[in-house]
Amino acid sequence: MNDFLKIIPQLTISAVDLVAALLFMYGLKRMSSPVTAPSGIKVAGIGMAVAILASFLYAFDVGATAKPFLIVNIGLAFVAIAIGGGIAWWAGRKVAMTAMPQMIAIYNGMGGGAAAAIAAVELFGNKADGVTQLVVTLLGALIGAVSLSGSMIAWAKLDEILKKPLRFHGQQTFNALVAVATLAIGGYIVAVTHGLITSPVATSDLIYIFFGTALVFGLLMTLPIGGADMPVVISIYNAFTGLAVGLEGFVLQNPALMIAGMVVGAAGTLLTLLMAKAMNRSVSNILFTNFGTVVQHKQGDIKGNLKPVEAGDAGIFMRYASSVIIVPGYGLAVAQGQQKLYEFVKLLQAAGVSVKFAVHPVAGRMPGQMDVLLAEAGVPYDMIFQLEDINDEFANTDVALVIGANDVVNPAARTDKSSPIYGMPILNADKAKKVYVVKRGQGKGYAGIVNALFYGDNCDMVYGDAAAVLTKMIEAVRALGTKAAA
Amino acid sequence: MQFSIAISGFVALYIFMLAAFAGWVIIGHVPAILHTPLMSGSNFVHGIVVVGGIFALLNAGTVQEQAIGFFAVLLGAGNAAGGFAVTDRMLAMFQPSLPKPVQAQVVDHQASQTRKA
Repeated sequence: MNDFLKIIPQLTISAVDLVAALLFMYGLKRMSSPVTAPSGIKVAGIGMAVAILASFLYAFDVGATAKPFLIVNIGLAFVAIAIGGGIAWWAGRKVAMTAMPQMIAIYNGMGGGAAAAIAAVELFGNKADGVTQLVVTLLGALIGAVSLSGSMIAWAKLDEILKKPLRFHGQQTFNALVAVATLAIGGYIVAVTHGLITSPVATSDLIYIFFGTALVFGLLMTLPIGGADMPVVISIYNAFTGLAVGLEGFVLQNPALMIAGMVVGAAGTLLTLLMAKAMNRSVSNILFTNFGTVVQHKQGDIKGNLKPVEAGDAGIFMRYASSVIIVPGYGLAVAQGQQKLYEFVKLLQAAGVSVKFAVHPVAGRMPGQMDVLLAEAGVPYDMIFQLEDINDEFANTDVALVIGANDVVNPAARTDKSSPIYGMPILNADKAKKVYVVKRGQGKGYAGIVNALFYGDNCDMVYGDAAAVLTKMIEAVRALGTKAAA
Repeated sequence: MQFSIAISGFVALYIFMLAAFAGWVIIGHVPAILHTPLMSGSNFVHGIVVVGGIFALLNAGTVQEQAIGFFAVLLGAGNAAGGFAVTDRMLAMFQPSLPKPVQAQVVDHQASQTRKA
């Protein structure tokens, strides 16, 4: 009878976890198309909810040492879920869409920390069963801890708490030494636990040192990387956390954790590669070279002048064009101009102008963030086109309106081999019949290079804050409308 | 009555291999427009770690284990709840174009007339 009492909850947990694993994969599948994506996250959410509820059935089958603590532990679990879940939920609902990358970094770090903490419970309690389990526990602990501290640095960089990349001579060698040291301590723990060597230091102290060096390694690895590369770094740590969760799932003999963790590990790796490709960088280039330190190269002479025009005139010109492609960049989001932009677009559409948005893969601070920001302003996703789908259309387009974007439309990427952005795919805004560039001032882009597009014969500059410029354009076009009516 | 779901050695490797392959294929054809939401969505999915945290906490037999287990559940729950909140918010914004209202065509007509004039 006693056995029976244990079997029923176990069977239930296993069955529910199986369903949860299925729902996660199905949900992710739905999330990979804009048509089905909104329901995809809900499907995955249901999987998560049932898995968490079912996990409380573990209470029927706890070890003898944990029995006296059971009631307290269940209470603690509820409190932890209420506090952790509550705060994160509230923050996730409140955060501005522009701050999304750093929010994802925090949540990801929490996941990595949770995996590392589970490993810590297993290690301190000496619960691992055999060498394989111990090695896997340590590996998961290492990856989880690196993901935790690395994600926190990524968050600080994106939030601009940490502004300058920290670099010093021989950094790569030093980081490699810390990594090797962490692995060596891990190996030492395995050897000591299995009685191969006797250690002068207590095992629990070794475990503390192990976690310490792993956390330090995560910090060191992330500190030298520049803020612009952080999205790719977060994506790597996302895959890391998935891997750590999968490994701890093996230790806990929980297939749902194994499957979900490994699915995210693989999906995160693929996403990382896709993002790196969109930025025209390799992942190792992002992790191990210092972008932005070699900007001091000779600029080719650029002919022509910058030609400033009034916002209103540019707005009216577009009103009488037949086709307009808009190239939004992060400057638009900084000025909070997305709503105004869409208002202007609707005016143009009402006047019979064909309007499309061309979004560069790395527009915004994270690949795909610009799409989210436009969606937030109400722009339908079928008006938003990706680089490879729209680039040929610029040549047949009357006006390209570049707002707050710079490097992603710099023709130097096509021609100037000495340019740091050489080879990066760019939007061919310069090929449009007329180009308007809305820009705050005459400054350079993030990569610190002059943009030949701005000096082209077909290009006029509209200086000012994106939101203010758009307001003027809207007013000018509206004024036309009332005149026509009168 | 015996019931066991022990996963050991190669069986674990099979699960890892198939899951990794599944993850790779599922994400394979995602358009760039969804990169941010999908990263956030996969970030949510590894929030399942909270289940492992609950297991560890319920089986905690010392104050140290209780403290670390509590921490694990706290962080895992944050990962899951926060990941869902931001992903759901982002994805809810993706809307297709509405069918064009009739009014737009009227304005269109006016526009072409103004152009002629």
